[in-house]
Amino acid sequence: MSETIKTDVLIIGAGPIALFAVFELGLLDIKAHLVDILDKVGGQCAELYPEKPIYDIPGIPYITGHGLTEALMKQIKPFHPTFHLNEMVTTLQKTGEPLFLATTDRGRVFEAKVVAIAAGGGSFQPKRPPINGIEPYEGKSVYYAVRKMEMFRDKQLMIVGGGDSALDWTLNLQPIAKRLTLVHRRDEFRGAPDSVNKMRALVASGEMDMKIGQVTALEGDDGVLTAASIKTKDGVDRIECDAMLPFFGLTMKLGPVADWGLTMEEELIPVDTAAFETNIPGIFAIGDINTYPGKLKLILSGFHEGALMAQKAYHYVYPDKRLVFQYTTSSTSLQKKLGVA
Amino acid sequence: MPKITFIEHDGTKHTVDAELGSTVMETALRNDIGGIVAECGGSCTCATCLVHVDEAWFAKTGGPSAEENDMLDSAFEVKPTSRLSCQIKVSEEIDGLVVYTPSYQGR
Repeated sequence: MSETIKTDVLIIGAGPIALFAVFELGLLDIKAHLVDILDKVGGQCAELYPEKPIYDIPGIPYITGHGLTEALMKQIKPFHPTFHLNEMVTTLQKTGEPLFLATTDRGRVFEAKVVAIAAGGGSFQPKRPPINGIEPYEGKSVYYAVRKMEMFRDKQLMIVGGGDSALDWTLNLQPIAKRLTLVHRRDEFRGAPDSVNKMRALVASGEMDMKIGQVTALEGDDGVLTAASIKTKDGVDRIECDAMLPFFGLTMKLGPVADWGLTMEEELIPVDTAAFETNIPGIFAIGDINTYPGKLKLILSGFHEGALMAQKAYHYVYPDKRLVFQYTTSSTSLQKKLGVA
Repeated sequence: MPKITFIEHDGTKHTVDAELGSTVMETALRNDIGGIVAECGGSCTCATCLVHVDEAWFAKTGGPSAEENDMLDSAFEVKPTSRLSCQIKVSEEIDGLVVYTPSYQGR
């Protein structure tokens, strides 16, 4: 993945504001690549409230987070955006006037004329269990994701959680681990019934262990785990293990945005309200992640911010062209782009 | 108007008015109670508004629904009387409710 991807605009995030920005940019012949840490588009709409109703989208009295995401994907289809999911932009550097180089945690490199940060409340990252002294173990023997299964071969592995991530990795890693213990707070699992049955069968045949309880302490030196204490209803059990995978869902954290040389106010990026541009010309911030006098964290405000961002982005992408403002209702050139003329 | 007492993990006690029909989570946010994050805004999808209901009050609030119990899997230090405060509606029934907020909501 060493080949640099060149794009007009790199959008960081793929939530509703990022998706609508693709539309506004597309009308101006500006192409976009989007990078999102989630494995799906829609951001908070997809992760936090897919089935919950939203009542304040103009002209749409009622729509779910999932419904809004689907509708936006349909709306931007004519512009063929490229999505890079399950991926996080880790570095961003200015290399021209303006030109930016961005890299991701998967080693992908982008060269973009404009960057639009539409990262909402930050990136969704795994929740860390509040176990005293867990920090030194993280990345050495406690992991929040499985990048390479081989890392767990012949390990005494402890998996913590009761959802699909915990169950799927239990079933995938049990055959290669030396011994696997699944720890969960109750004897009920919300994961897919088929996975639950398979896991229970492995426990019944003695091929793995299951413990009902909560992890309260870790033992080891220099981040090398040797055992964990599990508080059960009958007391505390000590279980030997040298690798742990806790799966407690996701939470929003600001992430690497803070390291890109942008002016920050608390965990937000101040922008001007003419173009929603940051202190670095060519880098814009739209949606929940920005701040300005009177800011409201509303989807409708983010849509507006994306429209104005696109107007200014045009001048960076096409410095020699004049931008003529047009309406989709009457402009045949816009209608051609939308595939309706 | 019903009253709710929130006791933070360090012992700080707040007794506040709660609007009928709102939730215990909304009451906490309106009153700047420490320890309630409510990342998802009350959709029962984030498990960051966990409270431990005082044992004397647990019969009144009742236990979690199946959906809420599933979300409690993503919370920490869950006890037998733990609930997600966005799922407890304020009613005259719970006037005087006492809940404890945890030291950590998993951020």
